[in-house]
Amino acid sequence: MLVTERERLREEITALADRHGRQRSALIPILQEIQRGHLQISDYAMQVVADLLDIHPVEVFSVVSFYSFLDEKPKGRFIIRLCRTISCDMAGKAAVARQLENDLGIGFGETTPCGRFTLEWANCIGMCDQGPALLVNDQVHARVTPEKVHEILAACRRVFGIYAQEQKEEHAV
Amino acid sequence: MAENNRKLDDDTSRAPVSQRGHTVARVADTADIGALVSVNIDGQDVKVPMGTTILEAARRIGVRIPTLCWHEDLCIAGVCRVCVVEIEGQRTLQASCAYPITAPLKVKTHTRKVRQARRHIIDLMLSEHYGECYSCARNNNCQLQALAQEYGVDFFRFGHPAAPRHEMDLSSHSVLRDMNKCVLCRRCVRTCIDLQEVGVLEAVGRGDQTRIATFMDKPLKDVICINCGQCINRCPTGALRANDPTDEVWAAIDDPNKHVIIQTAPAPRAAIGECFDLEPGHALTFEMNTALRLCGFDKVFDTNFSADLTIIEEGTELILRLYKALVEQDKSVALPQFTSCSPGWVKYLEHFYPEYIPNVSSAKSPQQMFGAVIKTYYAKLSGIDPKDIVTVALMPCSAKKFECNRPEMCDSGFKDIDYGLTTRELAKMIREAGVDLPRMPKSDFDDPFGTATGSGVIFGATGGVMEAALRTVIEIVTGLKVENVFANADITPVRGFDGVRVVEIKVPQSGPVPAMFKHLVKDWKWLEGATLKVAIAHGTANAKKVMENIKSGGELAQCHFIEFMGCPGGCLGGGGQPIPTSPEIRAARARAIYSEDQAYAVRKSHENPAVLKLYKEFLTDGPCGHLSHKLLHTHYTPRGKYIA
Repeated sequence: MLVTERERLREEITALADRHGRQRSALIPILQEIQRGHLQISDYAMQVVADLLDIHPVEVFSVVSFYSFLDEKPKGRFIIRLCRTISCDMAGKAAVARQLENDLGIGFGETTPCGRFTLEWANCIGMCDQGPALLVNDQVHARVTPEKVHEILAACRRVFGIYAQEQKEEHAV
Repeated sequence: MAENNRKLDDDTSRAPVSQRGHTVARVADTADIGALVSVNIDGQDVKVPMGTTILEAARRIGVRIPTLCWHEDLCIAGVCRVCVVEIEGQRTLQASCAYPITAPLKVKTHTRKVRQARRHIIDLMLSEHYGECYSCARNNNCQLQALAQEYGVDFFRFGHPAAPRHEMDLSSHSVLRDMNKCVLCRRCVRTCIDLQEVGVLEAVGRGDQTRIATFMDKPLKDVICINCGQCINRCPTGALRANDPTDEVWAAIDDPNKHVIIQTAPAPRAAIGECFDLEPGHALTFEMNTALRLCGFDKVFDTNFSADLTIIEEGTELILRLYKALVEQDKSVALPQFTSCSPGWVKYLEHFYPEYIPNVSSAKSPQQMFGAVIKTYYAKLSGIDPKDIVTVALMPCSAKKFECNRPEMCDSGFKDIDYGLTTRELAKMIREAGVDLPRMPKSDFDDPFGTATGSGVIFGATGGVMEAALRTVIEIVTGLKVENVFANADITPVRGFDGVRVVEIKVPQSGPVPAMFKHLVKDWKWLEGATLKVAIAHGTANAKKVMENIKSGGELAQCHFIEFMGCPGGCLGGGGQPIPTSPEIRAARARAIYSEDQAYAVRKSHENPAVLKLYKEFLTDGPCGHLSHKLLHTHYTPRGKYIA
C-alpha cells in the first residue's frame, strides 16, 4: 500500500473512531463501516483500529475472522449469499444454486476474476417462509427461482454501465 | 434467600420449568454479596463467601475436580468443560470453575452423568489432538495426558488424528508452536492478552473452524512477540514449547576441540529441583555445578559475576545521568533510567514505547556481558582461541534465546553467547547424562570468576536488580555501610510481589568518592539530602501501567531508576522455568533465592573481588569507559507496533 493511501485510510479510521468512541465496544461499528467503504478490512486497517482502541491487532483479526460479513481479503462488488438451511433447501435451493454457478461461472466461496461477484453460502437469514432466499450485499431476495437469478444478476450488472449489461463474466483476462 | 428467588421466578416467568432461568444465578439482595453461603458438595457441607466458585469451594474441602483451561494466574474462561458437575435441580451440567455460588447449592462432582460427560469431553479433545507422546517435549508433564490416564481412556471414541494436520511454526528463536497439539483451552490467549498485555495469540475463526492464531497467521518471528514464554509455562499440552538447542550443545561438548563454558543464572538454580521431584523452593546451585561437570562442560561460571558487573556499569550510568541532569542541568538526559536485563521487557519497549529507548540503560544484560568477557578477557587469560570457545547460558528465560541471537550481540568479534538453555532443557540434559541431581555432592564455581555475591543472586527475583543497585549506590555515595541503613542489608521495601512498587530513599550524607569513580565525579555533595525515587514493575502488563503513567507525566515520571522485568515474579517466573507455575511456586522460589543471598559472605556487587580484578586488569579505563562501552554496552532497535 502506498504511504499516502495508508495515511488516508488512517485518517478515515481515526474519524470513525472519534465518532463511535475509542473503546472496545466501538469495534464492530467501526469495522462495519470500513467493510462498507472498502469491501474489505485490510491488515493495515486492523492494526490502525487496534492502535486507536488500545487493543491488540490480533483481537481485531479474531473478530473479523469470526463474522461472515467482515472480510480480511477483498471480495466482489456484489456478494451473493444463498441460504443453505433446511427450509430454503426444501423450497428448491439446489436449482437456484446451479443457476447462480452457471451464470457467474464460479463455484460457492469464489469470486469472479473481474472482481464483480462473490458467491457464498449463508446460514439462515430468517426468510424461511419465503424460500429459497438470497442476499445481494444487504438486499434480500425471496422466493428466488432460476429465472429470477437472471434478473437479479442483470440488475447488478447494470451498475457497471450499459456495456457490461450483456457481457458474460469472462474469465480470460 | 433461595425461596425468595424461586418466588420471583414463579411470578414472572412464562417459560416451562425446564427452560426457566436458574434461580441460583441471581442474588436476591445485593447486600448478601460477600456474605457466607452454605454449599453441599458430595455430602459435605461447607460455608464459603458468596461468589466463590464451586471449584474453589470443592478444593477447600479436599474434593478434587479435574480442570484443564483453568489456571490460577488467569481469568476464568470455562471453555474446556472438563470440570463439569451436577447441581441438584438443574437440568444441565455446569462448569464448576465458572460457577459462582450465590445461593445454597447441592453439588455432586462424580455422578455417572458427570463421569460420562467428562470422558466424552476428553475423548473429543483427543479427537483433535495429534498425540505423539513419546516425542513430545511435555511427555509426562502434560495435563491432557494426565486426564486421559485419570479417566481411563482406552480407545478413541471420536477418532484420533493419525498424522499432523498443521504445519509447525518454527520461525522464532524462542517459542515454537505446534497447533496439532492444541486443544483450544485459550490459556495462551489469556496469558498473552490479559497477563502480559502483548497480544500475540487469539482464537480466530468460528465453531469447528476455530484455531489459535497470530495476527494474519504470520509466523511468530514476524509478529509482536516478546519471547517471554509465559504461554509455554501455561500451555497444558505440548502445543507451545521453547526452541531447544540441546542437540547443538551436546555436539559442542562431544567435540574435543571445543572449550564449552556454561554460566548459570540464579533463578534456574532455585527451580531446577522441581524437575527432579523436589518441592519448589530448594536451590541446587552447588549440586548443579557437579552435575554440569559430569555432563561434560569444561567450565562452570556463575552469572552472578556479570550481574555484579551489570550493577557497576548500570549504576555508573545512572550516576552519570543524574550528574548531567542535576549538576549540569542538561535537559536532554533521559530519566528515569530503565533496567535492561530482561530481554522480554526490552523487546516489549522496542515495540510499544520506542520513543523511550534513550531511557533504557545501554548496559547489556548479565548473560551477554559474560559472553563478551569470556570471549575476550577469559580467552586471553586461559590462552584459548575464542573461536574454539562455546558459551552456553543457563537461563530461566526463553527470550534470552532471542537475545543471544540479536545481530548486535557480537562485540567480542564472535557470537558472545552461542546457546541459551532453559531450566527445563538443562534438566533434560542432566537426566540424559544419568545424573541424579539432588544427590550430587556440592562443588564450587570455576575460577577466575568463582566468587559471587548475594547481590547477583537476587537478580532472579522481582526487585532484586533494584536491591542490588541500591546496596551499591548507597555505599559508594554515602560512605555508610548498607547494614547500618537497612537491617542485615535487606532492603525489604523493594521486595514482594505487588505489580508496581515505588520506594523513596533519602541520601542522608555524602562520603568520599571511591577510586573507581574518581574520573567521573569530583564529589557527592550534589546528592546530599536528595531523595532517590525508584520503582519496580514485573510482568509486562505492569510495565505498561508504569509506562502509561510516565507518558502522561504522572507520579512515576519523577522516578530516577525503574526496574522492569518481563515476567510475573521476575526471572524466577520466567518462560524457561519448570512447568507448572503458580503464585505459591513463585513465592517458594523467591524464598530460595533470598535465603541463598543470606548465605554469601560478600553481598554487594562493588565488593566482588573478581569484578574489581577485571577492572584492574582488563577494563582499565573503568566503568562506562571506552572498552566497557565496546564490550558491555549495546544499542536498541525501535520496532514499533505496526508490522508489514
